[in-house]
Amino acid sequence: MDFVVILQAGVASGTVLLFATLGEILAERSGVLNLGVEGMMLIGAMTAFSVTIATGNPWIGLLTAMLFAGLISQIHAFITVTLQADQVVSGLSLTLVGAGISLVLGEGLSKAGTVSLMPNFSIPLLVQIPVLGDIFFKEQSVLVYVGYLMIPLAWYYINHTRPGLHLRAVGEYPSAADALGINVYRLRYFYVFIGGIFAGLAGATISLAVSPGWFSELTTGGQGWIAIGLVIFAQWDPFRAALGSYAFGALRRLILDIQAPLTLFGVDNPFYYNPYLSFFLQMLPYAFTVIVLVIGSREAIRKRLGAPAALGEPYIRGERGK
Amino acid sequence: MCTCFLVYLATSPLEHAVTANTTTDLQQPPLAVEMRGIVKRFPGVLANDHVNFELRAGEIHALLGENGAGKSTLMNILAGLYKQDAGTIKVKGKTLEFSSPRDAIKAGIGMVHQHFMLVPSQTVTENILLGLDEPRFLMRLQEYDKKIADLGDKYGLKVDPRTKIWQLSVGEQQRVELLKMLYRGADVLVMDEPTAVLAPQEIEGLFETLHSMVAQGKSVIFISHKLNEVASIADRVSVLRRGKVTASGVPAKGVSRQELASMMVGREVALAVDKKPKTPGEIILDVKDVHAENDKGLPCLRGLSLHVRAGEIVGIAGVAGNGQVELSQVIAGLRPCKKGQALLNGKKVSNRDTRYGIEHGMSYVPEDRTHVGSSPNLSVTDNVIMKNYRKPPISKGSMLDMSAATKFAQELKEAYDIIVPTVNTPVRLLSGGNLQRVILAREISGHPNFMVAVQPTRGLDVGAIEGVHRLLLTQREADAAVLLISEELEELIALSDRIYVIYEGRMMGEIKVEGAEPDKTLMDAIGLMMTGTPLEQIHMEGAPTHG
Repeated sequence: MDFVVILQAGVASGTVLLFATLGEILAERSGVLNLGVEGMMLIGAMTAFSVTIATGNPWIGLLTAMLFAGLISQIHAFITVTLQADQVVSGLSLTLVGAGISLVLGEGLSKAGTVSLMPNFSIPLLVQIPVLGDIFFKEQSVLVYVGYLMIPLAWYYINHTRPGLHLRAVGEYPSAADALGINVYRLRYFYVFIGGIFAGLAGATISLAVSPGWFSELTTGGQGWIAIGLVIFAQWDPFRAALGSYAFGALRRLILDIQAPLTLFGVDNPFYYNPYLSFFLQMLPYAFTVIVLVIGSREAIRKRLGAPAALGEPYIRGERGK
Repeated sequence: MCTCFLVYLATSPLEHAVTANTTTDLQQPPLAVEMRGIVKRFPGVLANDHVNFELRAGEIHALLGENGAGKSTLMNILAGLYKQDAGTIKVKGKTLEFSSPRDAIKAGIGMVHQHFMLVPSQTVTENILLGLDEPRFLMRLQEYDKKIADLGDKYGLKVDPRTKIWQLSVGEQQRVELLKMLYRGADVLVMDEPTAVLAPQEIEGLFETLHSMVAQGKSVIFISHKLNEVASIADRVSVLRRGKVTASGVPAKGVSRQELASMMVGREVALAVDKKPKTPGEIILDVKDVHAENDKGLPCLRGLSLHVRAGEIVGIAGVAGNGQVELSQVIAGLRPCKKGQALLNGKKVSNRDTRYGIEHGMSYVPEDRTHVGSSPNLSVTDNVIMKNYRKPPISKGSMLDMSAATKFAQELKEAYDIIVPTVNTPVRLLSGGNLQRVILAREISGHPNFMVAVQPTRGLDVGAIEGVHRLLLTQREADAAVLLISEELEELIALSDRIYVIYEGRMMGEIKVEGAEPDKTLMDAIGLMMTGTPLEQIHMEGAPTHG
């Protein structure tokens, strides 16, 4: 086993989680919890793949995927922001709707064959850094590099720009923002849309770069849920989100690759001979997600982790702040 | 600032003392704000019924009224949060239509809400810049920090622009709210019950600030339901009752407290409390070194010890959020006690189920009367039998005798003056004062020998407050021990035999109250303790001074 190769593939795989997590961070920072990430990613993956087949241009596929996922997210925005319904219920339904739509529209797509993918290339100079160059800058997809850029941009946007200030205010204390003339509803719609676009991008990253193709709901394989767990783990911070995403990406690759060789460190590879051990390994990321979500659902702990104070609460003008 | 509102004033004819002063005089300064014929309806309520209100430039104008009288509605209309159904608003002579708070701010009207509109996780500067068009995109905060510090110096509002809001005291947060409005160039400041959350020293500081702002050409509307404040701060007073103006622009000096109270309530009100001297008996409640955590899991009680004897009312004073509510919950058995214990009649009641306490003479009037104190959708009957349904005559074997329950509820309704069509009415339809009487009726009818009452008069009108005070004193007469937790210092001083002051969950000191007249030294000492100075240090420094 070559660990550098595993990590290199892990970074690509982690890029999927990174996009989904960043999008959800932006939505949650505005106060809207969107559990529909998985559904929006499926929409993105399906759209990207089928549009690329139809047009032959992966860039058109990518943009369509982002747009379609963004539009689907507006169902959630309408239900939670305008109708002020429960965000958890609406988000879960969005996952079901997204999965349903993508399965119906993606029917037969898995047999459609291969498509032209997003380009891969190395970054000159940086690729010569020992080990790190191989892992991060050698023959990666263009989307991986986009991911690198997104991390500081998202962080800077949230913490050091005027729209970022408004975003945080709307998620922390919407009545304060409203009293100063900031349109809470419009901003929440907008950031749910951005979250949808990112989820679509994450889905497209799977079907056009990381593991190309359409394998119905196995395409995303629950990564949308892992992203929601990562948001809590990242404490709503893009840099920590990147850390978690790449670590989980690497773990996914490791779990896949560790089952292949006959021997491991000179002894019989137990993961090869005992399938139950592999199943156990494959379960770990999801077990982690469940644990993080359970911990994160406790109000007190969420507060201590720095969750946006108004996360999950519909904003109704005239109701007193707390 | 206080000769306080607990003085029994001779009743006087008042209705007409009011309108005489409203005629405009050419000598008077121009109008900063003029609201004419404002009507605002909410489902089922006429919140503002053709209200006229005018504010002169450079005055402090108090807007007085009970809860629900419509004063906040009127001001929210002025601040652009609500839209009036009818009526016009003129600002500096120009008729304006506000469709959002932004428009109002543009017109120079800034409102400081009762619940501060500040984002706790952001800095002072960030909060002040929120919603403005500058800076355009990138936030380079240093230059703005400086601007805001300068503005603070100009109006005597000292606060470090780089501090995060959650690190500031309530008084400092209020200064940020004022700065926010001043930074936007507001010259009419609407203050919604600004003193409700402040310690006495902070109130004095606020009043000084308001005077200095008025001296620099600003005008202030001061919303309040506290009579004593109006006399000390306002130039003129307007009073609202049930959405209608009952006094419009009366000079504050020319009107007595009793007159104002009657205009607020619509009838004569006894403002004084009749507390007879009494020798307390044995110790009923004994709280020993109690430690507990708040809802966020942070320590909120750090070693509190106190006791209450039979036949005395003991007050707990403190600024909101210093552990008072948690203390009452530990005593009532609703909050785990990490260390120490609370004894009732020598028996441990902390960390035990609430029924044990109830059966051993505890009664509890919680802060949240609609969700903890009562069950809103249940009837008056169901609510009043909640603590004695296990006992005959209401319990009959394993059944409830509903006719006995109804009879019991009827008796309480008569005895406690609960105004309700029938005892089958759900209590959510009751007014705050009536609901509090239902709760007190239930608690007192069990003949407890101990009562803990948390903010029993909060949000009640002057008339209902009078009734609650009377009931608490009846308990004292009946030799019960009463622990009264309140944020109204005047109320504590008027009712209590002793007052404990707590700060951040620690005991700052104990003060004996003699007579219902709060003198300035006493108020100052309590104020200092409320902001964290222990009693011993106050004595060491000699006469108490203002912070």
